[in-house]
Amino acid sequence: MDFYQVLLIIIPSMIAYAAPLIFTALGGVFSERSGVINIGLEGLMVIGAFTGIVFNLTYADVFGNWTPWISVLVAMVAGVLFSLLLAVATITFRADQTVSGVALNLLSVGLTIFLVKKIYDKGQTDFISETFARIDIPLLSDIPFIGPVFFSNSYYIAYIAILVSFIVWYILYKTPFGLRIRAVGEHPMAADTMGVNVFKIRYAGVLISGAFAGVGGAIHATIFANDFSHATINGQGFMAIAAMIFGKWHPVGAMGAALFFGLAQSLSIVGSSLPLFKDIPSVYLLIAPYVLTIIALTGFIGRADAPKAAGQPYIKGER
Amino acid sequence: MSKYLSKLTIPLLAVVLGLIAGSIIMLISGYDPIAGYGVMLDGIIGEQYYIGESLRTIITYALAGLAVAFAFRTGLFNIGVEGQLIVGWLAAVWVGVAFELPKFIHLPLAIVAGALAGALWAFIPGYLKAKFRVHEVIVSIMLNYTALYVTNYLINDILTDKKDRTERIADSASLSSPFLQSLTDYSRLHWGIVIAIICIIIMWFILEKTKMGFELKAVGFNQHASEYAGMSVNKNIILSMVISGVFAGLAGVMEGLGTFGYAAIKGGFTGMGFDGIAVALLGANTAIGVALAAILFGGLKAGALNMPLQIGIPSEIVDIIIALIIFFVAASYFIRWLAQRFNKKGVK
Repeated sequence: MDFYQVLLIIIPSMIAYAAPLIFTALGGVFSERSGVINIGLEGLMVIGAFTGIVFNLTYADVFGNWTPWISVLVAMVAGVLFSLLLAVATITFRADQTVSGVALNLLSVGLTIFLVKKIYDKGQTDFISETFARIDIPLLSDIPFIGPVFFSNSYYIAYIAILVSFIVWYILYKTPFGLRIRAVGEHPMAADTMGVNVFKIRYAGVLISGAFAGVGGAIHATIFANDFSHATINGQGFMAIAAMIFGKWHPVGAMGAALFFGLAQSLSIVGSSLPLFKDIPSVYLLIAPYVLTIIALTGFIGRADAPKAAGQPYIKGER
Repeated sequence: MSKYLSKLTIPLLAVVLGLIAGSIIMLISGYDPIAGYGVMLDGIIGEQYYIGESLRTIITYALAGLAVAFAFRTGLFNIGVEGQLIVGWLAAVWVGVAFELPKFIHLPLAIVAGALAGALWAFIPGYLKAKFRVHEVIVSIMLNYTALYVTNYLINDILTDKKDRTERIADSASLSSPFLQSLTDYSRLHWGIVIAIICIIIMWFILEKTKMGFELKAVGFNQHASEYAGMSVNKNIILSMVISGVFAGLAGVMEGLGTFGYAAIKGGFTGMGFDGIAVALLGANTAIGVALAAILFGGLKAGALNMPLQIGIPSEIVDIIIALIIFFVAASYFIRWLAQRFNKKGVK
């Protein structure tokens, strides 16, 4: 197997693995840029995965090929609704953001497994029949050499994820709404003085993060797990947080980091069949995203500073 | 009024609200909450065997709770107890499997190995926080996953030949106790209960009776004032995380040397480290509070196992209740706001 063939296997799989991470990390960017730390991304992904799979199983007969796409949209709504819990607790009731996020994670796993056992009378769901199809992007996949590597044998949703990260960049840096989000995350009192409604903007930030994480969870479950159990989402939410930090809270940076982590994930899974990676224990690739994040935070890969007001509840009138 | 409000009312109200929410969920899902809680209570103290298993669960919860609480007192959030517990578990089992020694050396050695492994794993976020001001929460989350994958790899590739669990530890390293088992109708209750009680006393003693404890608490209250008073904030941050890690490692030791006697590959986290956060929060980070909260949550967890067997309610209902209790404690402002509503006073 020559190097080009290795690339043909690894790169499309990298892009696929990155897709859920990209969406969820973008959600994290929205939330933290508005000043709310969202440790609950993992739990929101769990909710998305659960909703996506259950909707898919229930309505596959009705919607046919369109089922996965509609399930992703439904998972998005479920993510928004669930993130409302975090928003109310942290913004309105000034709960500790990290602790609330942890509670959200525990709650989502407990609740979804409870419901799975209630609905299906067993610990995991059946396998879905309608999943995303692997595609070659028209025209682009015909480009010699790079076409087959980068634009073939992956999923539309993965390319949409990359596209969306640029849209999020535009929203955050080129629109008044984005300016408000960033202002509220850096200095809420100053923003308040300028007439920005800090509470509303933070609610928006958290709810958008719920939407994105719901999508991320549904995509991961639909593409890779094909069913839902307690282990369907196992750290992808935290990996997305890692990608967000690694990307320095910047949408395109987060997307880049997510692609890199997707590469690590794909290598740890397909690596054992590849000549170059056969002898490397997959544990190194599994822990790479986490270890790299610690190194990034420590400042060896340039300083990564969180939005200044992230973690602090905003209390009007207090200095 | 306000002092008692925060010390006792909030935890109690949070528990009550959590249990009410649990019964609402049971009602909506078509189960009878009264029967549900009845069966749960039966599963906690209904038979000698259940009492033994409940106590066994409480041991680990108490240690995990102590770990989180100790760090909290210095203003640190050790969300990495789960990872420290996993490495402590494996280290203790490793020593238990690898050596042949008389019991009075082997058992202490295995316990110390587990405690040290937990301490080392907690030292990393402590050191990075003290030295580089890196947020301990993110570092310890990342270390949880690192611990999970590394221990799985060690069990699979180093300690065994591609098996999914280690050999059983030697009897000389075991905490299991025929005496306690015979008292409780052959539950898995083990001598760890003594270790847990000693640790609760140690935590109380360190925090309330020693200079070190005073400094740790001072740093937790106000870093700048402590610095000005001549205390080394950085040293205290590292020290606090390391002691926290010792407790977490011991929680793993309980599982490795007490309950199971081996370490197995894990598909996901044990959850005990995360539940330790709930225990610490509910116990208001004091030794006695942690002990009480551990009894509550350990009991709930053990009792929940009885629910699917008896009346078909999924045991995850307890995870939901615990998560909601954390929410209510975290959003104690919400409870104060409720209380103020009844007192007709404004709240800022």
